[in-house]
Amino acid sequence: MDLVQLVKEGNRVAIARLITRAENEDPEAIVALRQLYSETGKAFLIGITGPPGSGKSTLTDKVVKELRKRGKTVGVIAVDPSSPFTGGAILGDRIRMSDLALDDGVFIRSMSTRGSLGGLSKATYNTIQILDAAGFEYILIETVGVGQSEVDIIKTADTTVVVSVPGLGDDIQAIKAGIMEIGDVFVVNKADREGAERVVIELAQMLELNANMGDWFPPILKTVAVRNEGIVDVVDKIIEHQAYLTSSGELCIRRKERISNELINNILNKVSAKITDKLSEENFWDSQLDEIIENKRNPYDVIDRIINGILQ
Amino acid sequence: MTERKIRVLVAKPGLDGHDRGAKVIARAFRDAGFEVIYTGLRQTPEQIVAVSIQEDVDVVAISLLSGAHGTLMPKVVNLLREKGADDKLIIGGGVIPDDDIPALKEAGIAEIFTPGTPTSVPIEFIKANVRQ
Repeated sequence: MDLVQLVKEGNRVAIARLITRAENEDPEAIVALRQLYSETGKAFLIGITGPPGSGKSTLTDKVVKELRKRGKTVGVIAVDPSSPFTGGAILGDRIRMSDLALDDGVFIRSMSTRGSLGGLSKATYNTIQILDAAGFEYILIETVGVGQSEVDIIKTADTTVVVSVPGLGDDIQAIKAGIMEIGDVFVVNKADREGAERVVIELAQMLELNANMGDWFPPILKTVAVRNEGIVDVVDKIIEHQAYLTSSGELCIRRKERISNELINNILNKVSAKITDKLSEENFWDSQLDEIIENKRNPYDVIDRIINGILQ
Repeated sequence: MTERKIRVLVAKPGLDGHDRGAKVIARAFRDAGFEVIYTGLRQTPEQIVAVSIQEDVDVVAISLLSGAHGTLMPKVVNLLREKGADDKLIIGGGVIPDDDIPALKEAGIAEIFTPGTPTSVPIEFIKANVRQ
């Protein structure tokens, strides 16, 4: 039977194999994704992001279990970094999700960033499409441990959960631009530790200063994920946010933005690959570079000339 | 098409709590450019098989020090076959007596690496034998 049909039926070997092909940018994957596209758009996408060691995997594990209790099926994409030197990776997020392995209503896939810098991997979008077409109702996307500016998740998820922990820095961290701006739900994990209350207050003060908030005020929730404390509230708030997105029309707007981003990225990738090919065909590089180094030409004219040549 | 990555599951079945070897080999695999999925201690063969399938790994590397290799390693092979995922290279490592190795190979374990093996040996073995 063909892969597309098997994925639609939820066959796990087929789902896994198609994800591998998408990750490897195998042209066959695109053929399959074309056929699956009409089945997508049903899943609700939840992003989980936060610094390394903040408990994203443990929180993901517990949120999945709570969603399962509520009868939902869940796909999980867990992203870990790849080595900038060897391209290798250790994907360890599953250590915290061991007992989900045997649940037929859950499918977990670990991915390395394969060099991407925004906290996700290039294949994340296509993997979401595959899990969506396979019928998973919720898809959780756990980013790599992020610093301050890896905000690709907001372009990908419907609801973004930002995880903080006590002890990472003073309140100026909370008012910096970047990941603290992107949360729809904030979680202060490891809340049994000293300083948790302060983190909550700092987050609340930061949120109060956000002028363009709309009708959704992001809640700040305390959890101790290893002990499953506070998880029901987190899932309640996610579901509440889902309802808000749907009723306010915001979901449509977010998804439109996502598709627009995805199209632009893919078009740019393809165009840039074509241009790179074209430039390597003509061997004008050397002479041009020499002339730039010898100050006979300036790089700005050279750029304009090449671009005008390509766009004709 | 980008370069195909070799994906390896480093699995620790059984009841022993010693995963230093598994971590060292995971690290060596990473440095060889593999994507390594590590799931932690005390996994059942059923869990290992489920993870191998979801992650679509090319290689299942089973580390075992508890003496239960004769039972647990073939069980992983058989469960993978049952689930229609028998195109994976399965290798084993740990304190395994020489006398036990022929039976394990007979059961479908491609190779067994015992203590003292340089990490380059399993890496080269994987590169040479992984599915294309």
